[in-house]
Amino acid sequence: MTILAVDRLSITFGGVCAVDAVSFGIPQGLVFSIIGPNGAGKTTLLNLISGLYLPQDGRVLLAGEDVTGWVPERLARRGLSRTFQNLQIFFRLTAIENVMVGRHRHERTGLLADLLHLPAVGRQNRLTRQQAAAALERIGLQAMADRPAGSLAYGDLKRLEIARALATEPTLLLLDEPAAGCNAVEAAELEGVIRAIAKDGVTVVLVEHNMRLVMNVSDRILVLANGRTLAEGSATEVRADPAVIQAYLGVHGAQEAGHAGG
Amino acid sequence: MAELLQFVFSGLTVGAVYALVALGFTLIYNASDVVNFAQGEFVMLGGLTTVFLGLAGVPLPLAALIAIVATIAVGLALHRFAIEPARSAGPVVLIMITIGASIFLRGAAQVVFDKRFHSLPQWFGADPIRVGGAAILPQSLVVLFGALAIVVLLWAFIDRTLFGKAMIATAANRLAARLVGINTRAIVGFSFAISAAIGAVAGILITPITLTSSEVGTLLALKGFAAAMLGGIGNAAGAVVGGILLGLLEAFAAGYLSSQYKDAVAFLVILAVLSAMPHGLFGRARVDRV
Amino acid sequence: MTMHQLFKSRLTMIVAVVVLAALLPMFFPSAYYYRVAALVFVFALAGIGLNLLMGYTGQVSLGHAGFIGIGAYAVAVGPTHFGLPPWLSFLVGAALSAAVAYLVGRPILRLRGHYLAVATLGFGTLLSIVFTNEAHLTGGPDGMAVQRLLLFGWAARGSETWYWISAISFVIGAVLAVNLMDSPTGRALRAIHDSEVAARVLGIDVAKKKLTVFVISAVYASVAGSYLALFNGHITPEVSGFLRSIELVAMVVLGGMGSIAGSLVGAAVIVMLPQVLSFLHDYEHMVLGLIIMAVMIFLRQGIVPSLTAMLARRHP
Repeated sequence: MTILAVDRLSITFGGVCAVDAVSFGIPQGLVFSIIGPNGAGKTTLLNLISGLYLPQDGRVLLAGEDVTGWVPERLARRGLSRTFQNLQIFFRLTAIENVMVGRHRHERTGLLADLLHLPAVGRQNRLTRQQAAAALERIGLQAMADRPAGSLAYGDLKRLEIARALATEPTLLLLDEPAAGCNAVEAAELEGVIRAIAKDGVTVVLVEHNMRLVMNVSDRILVLANGRTLAEGSATEVRADPAVIQAYLGVHGAQEAGHAGG
Repeated sequence: MAELLQFVFSGLTVGAVYALVALGFTLIYNASDVVNFAQGEFVMLGGLTTVFLGLAGVPLPLAALIAIVATIAVGLALHRFAIEPARSAGPVVLIMITIGASIFLRGAAQVVFDKRFHSLPQWFGADPIRVGGAAILPQSLVVLFGALAIVVLLWAFIDRTLFGKAMIATAANRLAARLVGINTRAIVGFSFAISAAIGAVAGILITPITLTSSEVGTLLALKGFAAAMLGGIGNAAGAVVGGILLGLLEAFAAGYLSSQYKDAVAFLVILAVLSAMPHGLFGRARVDRV
Repeated sequence: MTMHQLFKSRLTMIVAVVVLAALLPMFFPSAYYYRVAALVFVFALAGIGLNLLMGYTGQVSLGHAGFIGIGAYAVAVGPTHFGLPPWLSFLVGAALSAAVAYLVGRPILRLRGHYLAVATLGFGTLLSIVFTNEAHLTGGPDGMAVQRLLLFGWAARGSETWYWISAISFVIGAVLAVNLMDSPTGRALRAIHDSEVAARVLGIDVAKKKLTVFVISAVYASVAGSYLALFNGHITPEVSGFLRSIELVAMVVLGGMGSIAGSLVGAAVIVMLPQVLSFLHDYEHMVLGLIIMAVMIFLRQGIVPSLTAMLARRHP
């Protein structure tokens, strides 16, 4: 099944066409990467898909349903989740509380129950905390659980955001430059995380600059430049594409990409 | 028709004052992102100081000059002692500081002067001029031309001088301005000084018509802010247009609807503008990067 | 601190308040002290509501005294002009405040920062103007008398009675607030404070949640306003005025945003200061202005959070 289909999606900001009639489809369970030079429109594309921007043209289909123009809250209910290029961590909350908020969509108590702290609320709190703790353990952050998120290291915060997004039990996860600012070790760990996520059946859309990571985990790659599709295909196909090499990878970059697995 | 004209005259007159208050807001907001609630107090201080100096025997022109200088000093002190120490705080804290300052200045005026209403003599006598069946006070013309002169002078200064360019640069991007060597702290202080001067002049011009007291600042600030919002906060021309518009709206509402709720017009305008078009008539939306 | 520890410490805070409220009267030499303490609890109750909105959810309201006014005038106007018993007028006032908050909140809570601040300021002042102008209902600028609260034939009058009523109400209000914060709704509100976009992406209906907490805070203020009117036996439009709204915010900031105990501390300072400085009566506005500026410049973190942080440093 095509979990995400994007059909001639376009948006213009103040005269600049940031995303220009981009179309692609992603079968369920794939790791799909979007790469391209800075300003190519990758994050804008993610923002369009996740409902933060309203497209001026084109459609977005989630599991066959037309979700064009839907707000993020509604998309979340359909199983879409994402992380952000500029961290949107809840800094005043602890690490575990951040992930607990990720469980919000599955929590079942109402306002009145919350105000009165009925027994169901206590049970829900405990359940949510358990689930959040498990999520933190899966990503290796259980030691930081009760520390204020603001005190965590940058790399940990990136992982925390992923854990939080996963807590919503998404069917489609958008990752916006999760390896930005990570060193080689952290990026390699991230590879493992993404593979594990895909193995659980979650479709992953990855926007990244780290070519090693992209080439290692991606099943398909879309290359954007100037808001338009430059190329689309498997890792091997894309890195051999002369247009991609010219616009983005460069000869050296293509060689490097070739040295990465896959 | 005569009635309409009358409302237009009174609306324009008071609108000119709102325009000047809104202009003062805009100057400070552009330079520092601070919404200065003490703006209304500048107007109050200009008028009231002149009155009391006059009562003490100082010739009025000199009294007015001293009042303007004193108000500028207050503006600079406000910046130096209340705004600068908290410049990294969020917008709400800064608004609260200026509100606190305006309450403080109001209290100080109550103590130094008094709580009663006071007036100044009209510059060209109190005989109204008849125009098309309506009457306009010569002082209204003084207010209108005075406001116009201030706007023109200000525009010339900002557009034509190096200092003015530095102000524009600071407004556009504070960090970048500092990086090219502009003393942004001095620019912000200067914007407070100019705003104070504009406010004081407005107060001196309008007192012969509307009277003044230590209490007039708060409402004036709120209305000036409504005008600035209407024109689009951060837009100087918009502030002036917004002020005139608000003055006219108030006059029409008072004349045709209910004079009791005249003051409510500004607040309804605030709520309407913020609900429907938060960026006002001439403002531009800001896009936040995620 | 873990969530559990935090909650436990909040629970102990509530117990501390209950003990305080119960023991305090032992130190009261006269009825006057009961009166001041009752006022503190009443304003602290309004402060809890505002704290939920500002401290936890990160919004701002510079017009909250407007809701205090609705609650106050409801218990004044209801019996006098509509023949409703005070207890029913009290409920009507709360419902009215909730309705007004709902209607006004929907458009203006889309705003942020100083836009939101000024919108709420405009709204609060508008209410104040209405209370001043509708003299046939409200008695105009000089205000109106308020009938005493009668419950099953017992008249609630006297500073001592109102001390207990307001103290108990404060505790109830505090418990509800603490409950709310330690719940899914509370976590959502706190998340909204830090990143609205992330909250939305996680499926939280941010607009609805903001409106909910705005309505709740309005009801808190309305209850406080009704108590004020019933206690004093007389109200004027000043109760809903701009200065009262600013004082309320100052209380919350001074006590500590996001701290229930802080609401009490902040209210205590702002309510008792004029009593303590009564000799400075002519300088009332100057002092208030200075306090507000000083609090915002130097004590932005608030008294209670600063103290707890200091204690945490000493005993990690």
